Amino acid sequence: MSKKSYRQAINEALAQEMRRDPTVIVMGEDNVGGMGAPGEDDAWGGVLGVTKGLMPEFGRDRVLDTPITESAFIGAAVGAAATGLRPVAELMFVDFLGVCFDQIFNQAAKFRYMFGGKAVTPVVIRTMYGAGFRAASQHSQCLYPIFTHIPGLKVVVPSSAYEAKGLLIQSIRDNDPVIFLEHKVLYDEIEEVPDEPYTIPFGEANLTREGDHVTIVALGRMVGFANKAADMLEKEGITCTVVDPRTTSPLDEDTIIEAVEDTGRLVVVDEASPRCGMAADISALVAQSAFKALKAPILMVTPPHTPVPFAPELEDAYIPTPDKIADAVRRVMA
Amino acid sequence: MRANTLIQAYERMALIRAYENTVVSLAGQHRLPGTCTSIGQEASAVGVVSALSSDDLILTNHRSAGHLLARGADPARMLAEVMGKSGGYCGGKSGSLHISSKELGVVLTSTIVGGELSLVTGVALARTMLGQAGVVACFFGDGAACQGRFHESLNLAAVWKLPILYVCENNQWQAFVHRQETMLADGVVGHAAGHGIGGSRVDGMDVEAVREAAEHAISRIRETGAPHLLEVMTYRLRGHFEPDDQAYVDPAELARWRARDPLVLLRRRLIESGMADEADLDRIDVEVGVRLDRAVGVADASPYPERRELTSDVYA
Ligand SMILES: Cc1ncc(C[n+]2csc(CCOP(=O)(O)OP(=O)(O)O)c2C)c(N)n1
Ligand SMILES: [Mg+2]
Repeated sequence: MSKKSYRQAINEALAQEMRRDPTVIVMGEDNVGGMGAPGEDDAWGGVLGVTKGLMPEFGRDRVLDTPITESAFIGAAVGAAATGLRPVAELMFVDFLGVCFDQIFNQAAKFRYMFGGKAVTPVVIRTMYGAGFRAASQHSQCLYPIFTHIPGLKVVVPSSAYEAKGLLIQSIRDNDPVIFLEHKVLYDEIEEVPDEPYTIPFGEANLTREGDHVTIVALGRMVGFANKAADMLEKEGITCTVVDPRTTSPLDEDTIIEAVEDTGRLVVVDEASPRCGMAADISALVAQSAFKALKAPILMVTPPHTPVPFAPELEDAYIPTPDKIADAVRRVMA
Repeated sequence: MRANTLIQAYERMALIRAYENTVVSLAGQHRLPGTCTSIGQEASAVGVVSALSSDDLILTNHRSAGHLLARGADPARMLAEVMGKSGGYCGGKSGSLHISSKELGVVLTSTIVGGELSLVTGVALARTMLGQAGVVACFFGDGAACQGRFHESLNLAAVWKLPILYVCENNQWQAFVHRQETMLADGVVGHAAGHGIGGSRVDGMDVEAVREAAEHAISRIRETGAPHLLEVMTYRLRGHFEPDDQAYVDPAELARWRARDPLVLLRRRLIESGMADEADLDRIDVEVGVRLDRAVGVADASPYPERRELTSDVYA
């Protein structure tokens, strides 16, 4: 056990899996960086340094820099996965999904089913998402609902360093296509993370705290915000259960329903746009399966249905905050 | 080129350099987020844009400041945009990454690499179908030229005979990866022949050469209506964005290109030819500096967008 950042936890998971299994390879833009000159070790190591140190240990054969051609290399990762390798491809920003979606949703997601169960596609696509980076409309989106919508994709949204390491190792060992979404604002968040490899199973939600009054379901970066809100509310005598689903597909429906049955109230927090997102999806699930337990209407805390603005003031107003979450909890308690 | 044209080119290039240096220093003080600067590529921007006429349109990418300023953009409004102020070209909603300005004819800017290559064919098609004269210049990087849509765009433009000037600013870098790591060809101009369109390559550090090559290409496009690919060989003298210490860059390569800094080359050319003397050019540098200082003041004074702007222009 030692303190590690979200970035280090992901890096360690990659390195440990590459040591364990020679078929694990890493590819993406700037994953190494530099000029390919001999003696030049790790010039950049990913745009935010997540893959740093992999090339010196595993060599350029297993740590591939790609051109800025997501369409080509995400497709290559999928093809290689279907025929014997375990590629971990990095889509630098999830917004670039726009230029390689066919390879993911028409190809990788469909193989096992449409080839009559005879294909496995153990590919992991790591990608960075979320607002808060002053990166404007084309580099700040939170697109996991789009992946979640597609049958045949597993979708992982780690909320902390501990979660990231265990879930990434699980993702690499999984035999199906996994989209692994890293929140760009979490990379420097630090917590205790075991040094040895470990896995966290998919479809098993984590209760980060248990309370009596309100269930808050939150994803990714919003889990930390929900816990901050719960800390504030405790002083007012309101106690919350916070559920981190960890994976949006598969989704641990049972844990969410049980938690709502215990408290009778639900606030769902999602950094994605509100329409057809996880907040709406989880709200619908609870309305269908735990309606009788509800003592108040469900509330969703999401950004407004707009692109992400650049102006720092506007971007800050866009993102859900612990205060907005606490307000929603007070409203379902009123 | 005539003396006054060349001196004007120097003014514009000095303005771009001063603007970018200002952005670098403001980013260093955390007064705005780091941007992708165009330092080293001023001759490309000014050479090509000055060869366009006012009804020609421009599409560009994340490294757009030079193109905008060459087209006459107000540095105060650009700085305001980069600071996220309401006085910016996009009301603070774009930041540096995709500044567009209809009034300047810089119609669509994409920070998704290659986005402009997809869009430009439609822009040229609209012009042609609406009976509007003029060519459409599309700036993109050597990285974008590795993409499939580079070829798709060239092919479609060739088949539809669209008046597009494709300008590949080959600055040798694609974020933190050197161009020679991503393509075996020594550049992109060779692809023009494959698509049956005209192609040319020019020394991007020499503004006169760029201007001439662009003029030549544009007159071919105007005559034939067909697209042309111009590859401008240049260099990204600073990092990909701010901050970036360029530790991954071979110092010898950087030094080689620094010695050919387009502003240094142009200065030398103006002085050696007797078109200007040192004092004239120093005066321009000072004037440009004053203009930038004033622009920072104007941008600083511009208010932040009102909170209701968050949901303005949202229709679905
Ligand atoms: C589709 C896509 N992939 C990756 C990126 C991240 N990115 C932004 S600029 C850049 C480098 C672009 O290189 P090049 O096309 O040569 O243009 P330059 O920056 O050198 O002007 C990268 C990788 C992006 N914005 N869009
Ligand atoms: Mg480039």
